[in-house]
Amino acid sequence: MNGPGDQPPDAPDAPDAPAENGAEIPVGQGKRLHPLTPWRRAWAPLAGLFAVALQNAAEVRDQAEGAGLGWLLLGVAVLVLGATAYGYLSWRVTRYLVTDTELRIRTGLLFRRTAHLRLDRIQAIDISRPLLARAFGVAKLKMDVVGSGSADELAFLAEREATELRAELLARAAGIAPEAASSAGEAPARELHQVDARMLGWSLALLGSGWGALLGALLVTPLIWLATDSVLPALAVLLPLLAAIWRGSLGAFLTQYGWTVSESPDGLRLDHGLLQRDHATVPPGRVQAVKIVEPLLWRPRGWLRVQLDVAGEGNVGGLLLPVATRETVRALLGRILPEVDLDQTLGAVNPAPRRARWAVPVWRVGYGHGVTDAVFVARRGRLRRTHILVPHAKVQSVRLTQGPWERRLRLASIHVDQGAGGTATARLQDATYATDEVARQAERSRLGRRTAAPDRWLTARPAGGAG
Amino acid sequence: MDTVVRGPGSGGGPGVADDRWRPIEAGVLSLRRLLLVCWLGPLALVGAVLPPLLGAPLWALLALPVLAAGGWGWWALARNWRSWRYLERDDDLLISRGVLWQQLTVVPYGRMQLVEVTSGPLERRFGLARLQLHTAAAATDAAIPGLAPAEAERLRDRLTELGEARSAGL
Repeated sequence: MNGPGDQPPDAPDAPDAPAENGAEIPVGQGKRLHPLTPWRRAWAPLAGLFAVALQNAAEVRDQAEGAGLGWLLLGVAVLVLGATAYGYLSWRVTRYLVTDTELRIRTGLLFRRTAHLRLDRIQAIDISRPLLARAFGVAKLKMDVVGSGSADELAFLAEREATELRAELLARAAGIAPEAASSAGEAPARELHQVDARMLGWSLALLGSGWGALLGALLVTPLIWLATDSVLPALAVLLPLLAAIWRGSLGAFLTQYGWTVSESPDGLRLDHGLLQRDHATVPPGRVQAVKIVEPLLWRPRGWLRVQLDVAGEGNVGGLLLPVATRETVRALLGRILPEVDLDQTLGAVNPAPRRARWAVPVWRVGYGHGVTDAVFVARRGRLRRTHILVPHAKVQSVRLTQGPWERRLRLASIHVDQGAGGTATARLQDATYATDEVARQAERSRLGRRTAAPDRWLTARPAGGAG
Repeated sequence: MDTVVRGPGSGGGPGVADDRWRPIEAGVLSLRRLLLVCWLGPLALVGAVLPPLLGAPLWALLALPVLAAGGWGWWALARNWRSWRYLERDDDLLISRGVLWQQLTVVPYGRMQLVEVTSGPLERRFGLARLQLHTAAAATDAAIPGLAPAEAERLRDRLTELGEARSAGL
C-alpha cells in the first residue's frame, strides 16, 4: 500500500495505477463527491478532541499554564491541519462510477476498497437530507442492495447531482436501455396521496404507546425517587421513558410530517420529514410482504397504517403510510399488489376455532388466517390488530408447527417465510386444515412464482402503463 | 416401552402421507447418545464419588437424578431420532421432525439459494453428513442431520440441479 505521505494515492499518473485499478475505476474516469464532504470527516476528530478537553478542563488549564498557551494552540493547529489533510485526501481518493451493470464506489486512503453494487440487485435508493446538509444544499444517497446487508452510501453529493444519479441508477436498474438512461433524467412523479398534518397529529395522539410511556414516567419516577431517596436512579428510569415518549409523539410527528406518496415509473416514492427531508423509492416488484396495522382507537375512524417488507434494508421502519383512511389504502395497495383487493382480502380471514381459547384465552379472537388468489393473510393482535399479507410468489418456505398442548386441542400453526426475513404466522388453526393448507400453500406459491412479473418491472409493462 | 415406533411415512403428527419418506441414518442416534454419556457420565461419577470422600455419603444420592436424566435422554433421543424424516417431491422438499414440538418444513426447489453439506470430525467418524438449505428467508431453518455422505452428495446435486431449473427471482 502506498503511504499517503509521499504522493497523493489517487494520482492518475502513478505508474501502477492502471494495472491495479483497471478492473475497477479506470484512470481519469469516475466522479468525486461534493467538495464539502471533507469537512464532515474533519469535524469528527475535532469534536472528539473538544469533548476530551472539556472533560479534563482543569488538567488542560494546568497544562496550558505550565507549557504556555502557544504550545497548546500549536498542538490544536497541527491537529486541525492533520484532520483537514486527511479529510481532503480521503475525499480525493473517493470516487464513484456508473457502468452498464454496476455502480462502483472506491473509498479508503490506506486500505483501498472498491464496492461493486450490481444495478439489477438494487432494491431501493434513498436520498436523505439532514438539517445541516440542507443548509448547504447537499444530500446523501443510500443504496440498498440484496446480499450486501449494509447500506452503501454516497455522502455527500450536490442535491441536483444526487437526484440525477438516483434517477439514472433506478432507470438502469429498471431495465431502461443504458444509452437512454442518463438522458432520461428523473422519471416524472405523480402525487398519489399526502398525509394531512391534522390527521397525523390525531393519529399519534390516539396511539396507546406514547401515553403508556407518559403514564409510566409520571407514576414510576416519583415512586423510585421516594423509594431510593436519590435522584440518579429516578433519572436512569426517566430518560429511556422520555426517549420513548419523544419517539411516539413529537419525534414521530417530525419525521412523518408531510408524508407524500407519489408514483413514478421506477416505483413508489416516499417523501417525508419536517426538519430532515427524507426520500425513498420502493420498487413495487420487490415488496415481500404488506403489513396493515389497526390500533384500537383508530378503528372507529377506520384509519390504517401500512408497512412494507422489502428485501434488503427497507426504508425507515418499512412505513408506506403512517396513517390513512381505508379508501386511500385500498387505492394504494392496488399499486403495490395489483391483484389484491383490500376488502376482499381482509374479508377472507377466518378466526381461529373456538376451542383455541384453551390455548390462548382472551387474545384468541385476534388470531385468524385466510387465503385469496394472490396473497396469504395472517391476522394477530386484539388491541393492535395486524394483518400480514404475503403474495404467493414471494413465499420462500412453508412450515407447520405443533406443540404438545396444541396437539391435545387438535390445533397447529402455519408459518410462511418471506424473503425480507419476516414470517407470517397463522396461529391456532385446526390441525387437519393446517396440514392440508401447508401443502396447498406450497403448491400456490409454486404456481404464483411462475406467473409473477419479472424483477425488471419497467420492461414488463408497456410504456405509460404505470399511469 | 417404546410405543411410538413408526416407520417412515406413517407419522402420527403433521405430515403428508407418502411412502417415499426417508429416515435419517442410525449413526445420528449413536452419536447423540455418545455425546449424552460424555456429558452426563462424568457428572454422575463426580456426584457419586465426591460426597463419600468428603464425608457426606448421603449426598451421593445426587447422582440418581443425573442418572435418571441420562436414562430419559437415552430414550428421548431415540424418539427424536425416529421423528426425523424427509421427502423429495417433484417440486419441493419436505422435512418433518420433533415429537413433542412437531415441525414440518416445505421448501420449494426454486427458492433454494444455497445447499450446504457439512461434516464435522465426530460426524465423519460415524459416517454422517449434515445438509443445510438456505433460502432468502432467514427463518426457513431447513436442515437434515445424519445423512450418509453419499446420500448427502446425491441430494445436494439433485437439489442444486432442480433449484437451477426452477429458480425464480426474489
